[in-house]
Amino acid sequence: MTESWWWPYLFIVVAGWLATDIWRWLGVLAGNRLDEQSEALYWVRAVATALVMAVTAKLVVFPTGTLEASPLWLRLGCAVLGFAAFLATGHKIGVGVTVGVLSLGAGLYTLGF
Amino acid sequence: MPPDSHTRSALFWFLTGMRGLFSLPAIILMISFVGFSAFALESGIPRAEAIFMTIAIWALPAKMILIGSIAGGANMAAAFLVVTLSSIRMMPMVASIVPEMRTSRTPTWLLLFLSHFIAITAWVYSMQALRHVPREGRVAFFAGFGITLALVNTLIVAVCYGLVSQLPPVVSGSLFFLTPIYFIVSIWGTARHSVVKVAFVIGIIGGPLFAVLTPQFDILIAGVGGGTLAYIIDRIWIRKPGEKQANDTPTEGEVL
Repeated sequence: MTESWWWPYLFIVVAGWLATDIWRWLGVLAGNRLDEQSEALYWVRAVATALVMAVTAKLVVFPTGTLEASPLWLRLGCAVLGFAAFLATGHKIGVGVTVGVLSLGAGLYTLGF
Repeated sequence: MPPDSHTRSALFWFLTGMRGLFSLPAIILMISFVGFSAFALESGIPRAEAIFMTIAIWALPAKMILIGSIAGGANMAAAFLVVTLSSIRMMPMVASIVPEMRTSRTPTWLLLFLSHFIAITAWVYSMQALRHVPREGRVAFFAGFGITLALVNTLIVAVCYGLVSQLPPVVSGSLFFLTPIYFIVSIWGTARHSVVKVAFVIGIIGGPLFAVLTPQFDILIAGVGGGTLAYIIDRIWIRKPGEKQANDTPTEGEVL
């Protein structure tokens, strides 16, 4: 059965598409009941932001791939440096991203990656 | 506004949304999808399946997790469980954007369809961009941005699969770092509500902390628990009672 050409696609539809879109649909149904000025929306925003930042912080602290072998202090230091540059330039997102990424690249190069 | 000029402006906002393809977050995402093509190839996923995954799932982390499950030999039920648990964050993300996007006339089926195009990048971009778009144009604007971004990245996977197999470690490491650093500065930079900044700090500390303490439920605890804590802190100590922080009444001429 698992040899059939359509099997991987069915696998992706069920374990990928359905598994992610269920939450998107529930989000629409929940969000449709929320007024833009409602108190509940403040809570929903807080949960959404905390979730995204938790995922983001894990990408920095527990990365996969090449960065897995790089020292934690370098990754944390470059993230802080980028954020500091962003704040210092009056919230210039491009500056923060550039400083963060270039400092990391320079660090990796210096450490012999 | 006469109905005729209303339809015309929907097309206008759809095209304006498409221009978001040239924004920093969209470009970062496209670079990440070049990386995804290499990852899919390395993991033994055929080109056609990698393309199908991109348009069917869209969220990059969910795809990585699905590929990880397939590579690990997981059965469909197990893969479904892992992917769905990791995708719970979609619900509050979509729920927080829908009230800003719809009008009283927006049909639910349209929102259900468009919700497919929400993933972290589209969410971050829309949270900042939508407020510059008049309310009647927001659904069309998001459709233009979200659908185009998904299709272009699907094309990127189709073209780049097999083309990029091995990048130098300094380059691949730096590329990987683009996404988190972009989220860190842009979510802080575009926060219009104090509660978002409180949740930002709690989430960024809670994520790694609970990954160590309770690795199975880290994102859930840091997100739902941390978000609730952020809401309570903001409600009691920061936001004044009755204060309205959303400022979403742009003038007609205010475009991106």
